Amino acid sequence: MKTFYGTQLPNPLMLGTAQYPSPAILEQAFRDSGAGVATVSLRRESGAGQTFWQMIRELGVLVLPNTAGCHTVKEAVTTAHMAREVFDTKWIKLELIGHTDSLQPDVFQLVEAARILTDDGFEVFPYTTDDLIVGERLLTAGCEVLMPWGAPIGSGRGLNNEYALRAMRAEFPDVPLVIDAGIGLSSHAAHAMELGFDAVLLNTAVARAGDPVVMAKAMMQAVMAGQLAHQADPIEARDMAEPSTPVIGKAFLS
Amino acid sequence: MKIVLNGEPRDVSAETLADLLLECGFSGRVATAVNEDFVPSGLRISQTLNEGDRVEVLAPMQGG
Repeated sequence: MKTFYGTQLPNPLMLGTAQYPSPAILEQAFRDSGAGVATVSLRRESGAGQTFWQMIRELGVLVLPNTAGCHTVKEAVTTAHMAREVFDTKWIKLELIGHTDSLQPDVFQLVEAARILTDDGFEVFPYTTDDLIVGERLLTAGCEVLMPWGAPIGSGRGLNNEYALRAMRAEFPDVPLVIDAGIGLSSHAAHAMELGFDAVLLNTAVARAGDPVVMAKAMMQAVMAGQLAHQADPIEARDMAEPSTPVIGKAFLS
Repeated sequence: MKIVLNGEPRDVSAETLADLLLECGFSGRVATAVNEDFVPSGLRISQTLNEGDRVEVLAPMQGG
């Protein structure tokens, strides 16, 4: 199994920590689902940050800080340095937002920031598009993980471009690939894993569900099922029926 | 001295970043930046503040 900068994930579900109805529900969603990685961020200290951090630490999960909301290389690099100090990890989910409505990554700045951060000793998890050339540039910049979007953040549309994601999987067979963003349903998460992706990162689909704890469990079961299905070498789809019950030996009764 | 702390204008007596955190009651895990540049915790004591400096004090927060 592939590792993420040398770390083996306990399971393929990375779960965001934002937008839950309450901290207690957030905590329960992690405990009941068993998600092994939590994404976190840095914001201006308002008093609640320390309690939140304490709770995340007690969950015993791997922590992946993000640079959410950053629009420039400078801002993202500075945020990454601050996150490394606060969360005491070299991991950084590098987000460089290029478009306000779609939250599409600015891939040009992303590559530049990835290079700077890698040189500074970070282990970069770049939130990128499904563009193969950008993926290649990110790997050249030093990234050892790629995180293409399934669909825009929070949209819940699932895998918008399955063709491109399949191509990405085929192009980078040895690189850990994570579908980051756009997942709405457990079937989307399973689909990503069936395509051979190594993990799924999602937040809104769980946090904004009517019952986030149950949805978190559904997502975990979905990624596990999808992973198993991929390992099992599934059949190809075909256009015509093929009887599964043997035809030979059928009684003549008509 | 007038500075801007987390986007709010403040009048403070601290002359270093380390003193500012004490004066404003910040504790626990925070990361700091002055005028958009990261200041590692070990350098806060030697980071002197100047009139009009923009100081950011960030803490862990929920994120996706």
